[in-house]
Amino acid sequence: MDNITDKIRIAKKRLLQMHFEKKMGHIGGNLSALDAMMTLHHEVMQTEDKFILSKGHSAGALYITLWSLGRLTEEDLKTFHGEGTKLPGHPVPGWLSEIPVATGSLGHGFPVALGIALGWRLSHKPGHIYCLMSDGEWQEGSNWEALIFFAHHRLPNLTVLVDCNRLQGFGTTQEVASMSQLQEKLAAFNLKIISVEGHAPSQIKKALDNTKGGIVMLNTVKGAGISFMENRMEWHYLPMNQAQYDQALMEVEKI
Amino acid sequence: MRNEIPPALIALSKEIPLVFLTGDLGFMALEPLKEGLGNRFINAGVAEQNMMSVAAGLAYSGLQSWVYSIAPFCYARPFEQIRNDICLNKLSVKLIGNGGGYAYGSMGGTHHALEDYGVLLTLNPFLIFVPAFSEDVLPIIFKMGRSSKPCYLRLGKSELPKDMSAPSYSAWRCVLPGEGSVIVCMGPLVGELMASLCFQPVETRPELWLVTEMPLSWETIPEAFLKKLSKSKKLGIVEEHVAQGGLAHHLIYVLIKNNVSLPAVFHAHAKGYPSQTYGSQQFHRRECGLDAPAILEAFL
Repeated sequence: MDNITDKIRIAKKRLLQMHFEKKMGHIGGNLSALDAMMTLHHEVMQTEDKFILSKGHSAGALYITLWSLGRLTEEDLKTFHGEGTKLPGHPVPGWLSEIPVATGSLGHGFPVALGIALGWRLSHKPGHIYCLMSDGEWQEGSNWEALIFFAHHRLPNLTVLVDCNRLQGFGTTQEVASMSQLQEKLAAFNLKIISVEGHAPSQIKKALDNTKGGIVMLNTVKGAGISFMENRMEWHYLPMNQAQYDQALMEVEKI
Repeated sequence: MRNEIPPALIALSKEIPLVFLTGDLGFMALEPLKEGLGNRFINAGVAEQNMMSVAAGLAYSGLQSWVYSIAPFCYARPFEQIRNDICLNKLSVKLIGNGGGYAYGSMGGTHHALEDYGVLLTLNPFLIFVPAFSEDVLPIIFKMGRSSKPCYLRLGKSELPKDMSAPSYSAWRCVLPGEGSVIVCMGPLVGELMASLCFQPVETRPELWLVTEMPLSWETIPEAFLKKLSKSKKLGIVEEHVAQGGLAHHLIYVLIKNNVSLPAVFHAHAKGYPSQTYGSQQFHRRECGLDAPAILEAFL
């Protein structure tokens, strides 16, 4: 796993650079999800598999992951959030097979992933679907509809990952909706659920290898790895200034 | 028209790999389809948002997906799923909404579909099909199935007069010739107009046209209709749908855009619940002036 750790460090620096250069926010949730996305794409997924980023506001982490795989270029990244870009703040479909559907409005990725998994099963097609959600996203009713469907149809070719950073748009998940105990609520649906350290690639990989047809709860930190961002809600929104960017890069180097 | 769905979709499934989802509806109508499609008939339960997104995912996987529910539960409840998961992703999902207009009558306003095709026509590139007769369902199902675009089928109850036969299917049909002005109608309501007009002398009665598909385009409007319109003192447009975004708005826009001089226009349409009371489909039509006697009195 040393190799993946190096790759994540490089990816994290490039993610910070991309957001800094474009003066874009949403960096906190990107940093909580990046380790899982990198581990999944580099260590777990096979050619025929698909990934759906239901928490579309972490598009930056997805773009950087695809860049680390050679599927996006430096030139592509320079267009992030720009005019005429294919890399807007939330993923858009139709131009890269690794971005199968548009996401950004929460509560859509999981049920769409269910449909793909069901379609593949009905058509006897190989492949596994991975869907990464946020924890705050579970306040969307459509996800509970999807969970009922998932539990009923028992689709072994789908794995749901939940980025449990416990911070959402305007408070903690506990303050906003008494949802800090999300795993206990999901467990009532009798699906396999594994909880892991969401910034430990080896744990993430092991959990994904053992949770086909289930849910992996990633215990993460919003703004992970950057001391002044960690567990601070404002980094859902704020862009970095030069001093903050320099400090962030320095801290990533020390990882 | 519900009973025409199972044989039509089973026939289509021989040509196109499809999967059918219902929102826990179809008792006494869809059982043959359940039997015919086997594990490709899925009761997605009372969860229309999930059903629509699952349908989008199924379409992404390569299966044509058909979604069935009572009309408002099909287009209104999961509107964002239709907009994002189907349209933004350019996926070929087919919606079937049962009970167009006031068809659910005294079941109440939650079950009526008064703005369905107007709303869906705002989503590019949705195709709308509003059959007037049961005989229209089979050709429409095949047309929808062979289209790569998302489609919406608004089902109602055929009102074809007993002693008349349904004209063969076309997007535009002249269902009753006449030498008076011209009326264009959408949906099963045309049957009531046919029944009222067929006994009037052809020399004085209006000519009755039926539109079944939207959006309208200049190219699809028949020359014979335009010719008739040019000689008419009045254009009547009749639909069991609110005025906003309906047939009249679309038709008049296309005609004006193509420099057609319009005669006086009369538009009969759904007006919601003027008395704030509820009843049968006929009750609501009468309240809106959408019954044949009121339409013809206002038009003639």
